[in-house]
Amino acid sequence: MNYQAQVNVTLKKSVLDPQGKTVLHALHSLGFEETRDVRVGKYFEVKVEASDVKKAEEKIRKMCEKLLINPVIEQYSFKVSEG
Amino acid sequence: MKAAVLVFPGSNCDTDCFHALKDVMKMSVEYVWHKERSLAKVDLVVLPGGFSYGDYLRTGAIARFSPAMEAVKKHADQGRYVIGICNGFQILLEAGLLPGAMLRNKTLSFICKRVWLKVEDVNNPFTCRLKKNGVLSVPIAHGEGNYYCDDDVLKKLQDQSRVVFRYCSQAGQLGESFNPNGSRDHIAGLVSEKRNVLGMMPHPERVSEAILGCEDGKKIWESLLAEVSS
Amino acid sequence: MAMTSLSSKITPEILQAHGITREEYERILEILGREPNITELGMFSVMWSEHCSYKNSKPVLKLFPTTGPKLLVKAGEENAGIIDIGEGYAICFKIESHNHPSAVEPFQGAATGVGGILRDIFTMGARPVLLMNSLRFGRLDNPQSRRLFSGVVSGIANYGNCIGVPTIGGEVYFHESYEGNPLVNAMCLGIVPTKEIVKGCAHGVGNPVYYVGAATGRDGLGGAAFASRELTEDSGEDRPAVQVGDPFMEKLLLEACLELIKTDALVGMQDMGAAGLTCSGCETASRGSTGIEMDLAKVPRRETGMTPYEIMLSESQERMLIIAKKGKEKIVEEIFEKWDLHAVKIGKVREGHMMRVREGEKLVAEIPAKSLADEGPVYIREEREPDYLKEAQTLDWKKLSIPTDLGVVLKKLLEHPSIASKAWVWQQYDHMVRTDTVFYPGSDAALIRIKGTSRGIAVSTDCNGLYCYLDPYEGGKIAVAEAARNVAVSGAQPLGVTNCLNFGNPMKPEVFWQFHRVVEGMTAACKALETPVTGGNVSFYNENPTGAIFPTSTIGMVGLLEKIDNRVPSFFQKEGDLVFVAGETFNEIGGSHYLMVIHQIQKGLPPRLDLDREVRLQKFLMAAANNRLMSSCHDMAEGGLSVALSECCFNPKGYLGANVPKLQRQNDLREDALYFGESQSRVVISVDPKNREKLEKLAEKMKIPFFQIGKVEGDSLKIEERIDEKVGTLAAIYEQAIPKQMTSS
Repeated sequence: MNYQAQVNVTLKKSVLDPQGKTVLHALHSLGFEETRDVRVGKYFEVKVEASDVKKAEEKIRKMCEKLLINPVIEQYSFKVSEG
Repeated sequence: MKAAVLVFPGSNCDTDCFHALKDVMKMSVEYVWHKERSLAKVDLVVLPGGFSYGDYLRTGAIARFSPAMEAVKKHADQGRYVIGICNGFQILLEAGLLPGAMLRNKTLSFICKRVWLKVEDVNNPFTCRLKKNGVLSVPIAHGEGNYYCDDDVLKKLQDQSRVVFRYCSQAGQLGESFNPNGSRDHIAGLVSEKRNVLGMMPHPERVSEAILGCEDGKKIWESLLAEVSS
Repeated sequence: MAMTSLSSKITPEILQAHGITREEYERILEILGREPNITELGMFSVMWSEHCSYKNSKPVLKLFPTTGPKLLVKAGEENAGIIDIGEGYAICFKIESHNHPSAVEPFQGAATGVGGILRDIFTMGARPVLLMNSLRFGRLDNPQSRRLFSGVVSGIANYGNCIGVPTIGGEVYFHESYEGNPLVNAMCLGIVPTKEIVKGCAHGVGNPVYYVGAATGRDGLGGAAFASRELTEDSGEDRPAVQVGDPFMEKLLLEACLELIKTDALVGMQDMGAAGLTCSGCETASRGSTGIEMDLAKVPRRETGMTPYEIMLSESQERMLIIAKKGKEKIVEEIFEKWDLHAVKIGKVREGHMMRVREGEKLVAEIPAKSLADEGPVYIREEREPDYLKEAQTLDWKKLSIPTDLGVVLKKLLEHPSIASKAWVWQQYDHMVRTDTVFYPGSDAALIRIKGTSRGIAVSTDCNGLYCYLDPYEGGKIAVAEAARNVAVSGAQPLGVTNCLNFGNPMKPEVFWQFHRVVEGMTAACKALETPVTGGNVSFYNENPTGAIFPTSTIGMVGLLEKIDNRVPSFFQKEGDLVFVAGETFNEIGGSHYLMVIHQIQKGLPPRLDLDREVRLQKFLMAAANNRLMSSCHDMAEGGLSVALSECCFNPKGYLGANVPKLQRQNDLREDALYFGESQSRVVISVDPKNREKLEKLAEKMKIPFFQIGKVEGDSLKIEERIDEKVGTLAAIYEQAIPKQMTSS
């Protein structure tokens, strides 16, 4: 089976995100004063083959932990769907 | 003294380090391609600056899986010396040889300029010939040198005096305005627990000859030479 | 083999979309003896565009002197010119524009401009050792200009920093004439052992043709044609024509190509830049007077469903065509495999003179290579003196009031972004990697050493567009002379010129007139200074909705310092040195920044340049440097004497003051001309008192007007009774001007 995973990576809450702060500041100056916070992250689309969705999820989890994220500063979440 | 300069795809300070060690310091130096699995018995391994694998994904994230990095770990485990400069420092962090991680500079832009460094520790092979609390002028050239670690790690680094260099003013003061990239506790360089692995963002190889306007970087190589020959 | 895919009929609309005139089409029919198919038409259209063929500029460019005793490769023969610098080494350099792509997408436009110029250099076998760039933007108080400026700078930084070639200087000007049509001219210089120079030519029938580097996608389709069209309001829609650069890929390609050169497997090499496979294929064949055959089915692709037309015209970056020696294929393949790059044999050198393109068994194009590469149309364009000129040159400066507080004027000039410190720009560039940079950006010329030799290479880029607008001939002359002077003040001997000629639409007779006059002026200066033109490029159609940009003939001047120990810095070096001015000041304020910034007038005749005087001054500077008589030497340019003196004080290692009690007054000088005028062939020199007599004798011998005006001392800049400012105050204005504007957005 072919699966597609959508992986979101963000900086951990405790880590300052200078890019996010800059975007927040820019939004405020454009009149979006109601903006409370912005965090900038990364997004991956990964296509994998696996026998079932559980296996696919397991593979994606390993990929995240081994390469896609740096656990010192980043956290991740993902969704797997067929396709 | 024998040194090896590791070359990853995208390394670009490899020839600079080679030149400083070989032509200026008269060490015996060789290049080691990242695909090689073993290191000949050398005293020092240099992980040079650059953009290994284009710095795509994260700085140093892909280079750490190079076969040669396994050999570097073994080399370090045996207590021999490793210095990671700039991208080399980032690789050491990703590989877990040093604690912490790098974030983008607080300015969000690449910065290349001379900065002042305070020598915070001389109880290690890289700065043993330097004066504690002395100030060096060494350039930085990076987009992600904003060192981060959590409170526990920071405490450990401080307790074990493992911070070797901090960004400072010309007079040696610490402060936000002298910290170019926002790094935690103004950290510019630190050593491993066994004090044989140094990671630093500034480039000592760029200030190792009079014609380049400054020789402050040379003192690090002189420290290593003194340590190895003793 | 029968020609297939003739199905798509060539209609007048198709011709128009390809920018091919009826007459040009007649020629194509004549060359082929039949109708072209769409792929062939596309190939002709890119190769016969101004960008590749110089069809509008060729007759004028012939004026340039292109020979010299040290020239190993001349302009037009190859990708870049090559000059012998002795000790077994040669330098290879070129400047090229990427204006239009940068206007549409500043980051990628500038980045790929850097990528392209790097390939032009290493394709000749030279290792790129420095980058420079010459940039022009609209006024910095315009948010659009700031967006373009910051995008271009980060694009240049991204590419140059990653590939590890230092960007060591250049210039940036801001003027409303460049609004919406920025100029991005990137220059690269490489060093090559003379015996390793590689030619971009195909020979040896049966030798294999390799495609190496990145895969082909639909990038920049019609980019060469794109660069040759005027920017209109809807250029925003042209987005797909912008290529995306991958500096990491280029770094691998660079190392692999330079490794291949060390072997005996290489015949020729050509980068795939504008017009990609078409250009590299026909140019290598044409230079080697052979035929070439390639099979598109073998070309590595990034996208599916690409047609032969798209493959032949794609401008995907980081690709090269390599002609290898038959029997040595394994060497080529192993090197590229080591660097994880594609190296695919896509064809071979053939007998005859045809460029033959197949897709599998299907013949998709067959055109005589020379007709594409060298036999494009050439036009003599109509020219006419522009109407604005007489009026613009008229300036009754005698009626202008002279400001009372010259200190205020100086501060305003130092704050103008064209004069102010460009550290905000060059601190984003890695200007030290390779550990060869001896003079950092901010000096008159950038200077690198050549490891293993006693030599240094000094490089400068320059052009004052306002001068060229007000007096194209004089402006062209000054651009060359000033770039040479910048090199000479560092002690180096100017060796040769590369140039980037940025103009408006050449179909407008007024624009073509400017172009012709500027080239004549440059030619006169190049001949007098004995600096041949080794190459460069022409960028026409630089227009925004309000009209053409200022004519801007960017000069890249390269000089040699045989003994780098004799180098002369731009900044004052120590307290107690004596300050001199060499050269003569006239009542010349036309076209000056003083006039523009203080009086809001952009008129008058720019300063006159006497070439004899200029040549004498530069010879004097080189002689003084060789005898180590100067502590520092700095050219006077925009803002004149006062700005030049201020800049001399801003030594990055620590500011120094200067006390100038008495200026030399000759020629009934007005105060403003004396303090801020831009008379040519003048420099500020600081001298150790022990060298004073020798230097004065040398000046006398070489008939150089040479006057002591003061001394390096204290922490203020004092000029007569008129200016007395702390150097720290002036430096803060100078250094903060650009950062302040850039954070205000």
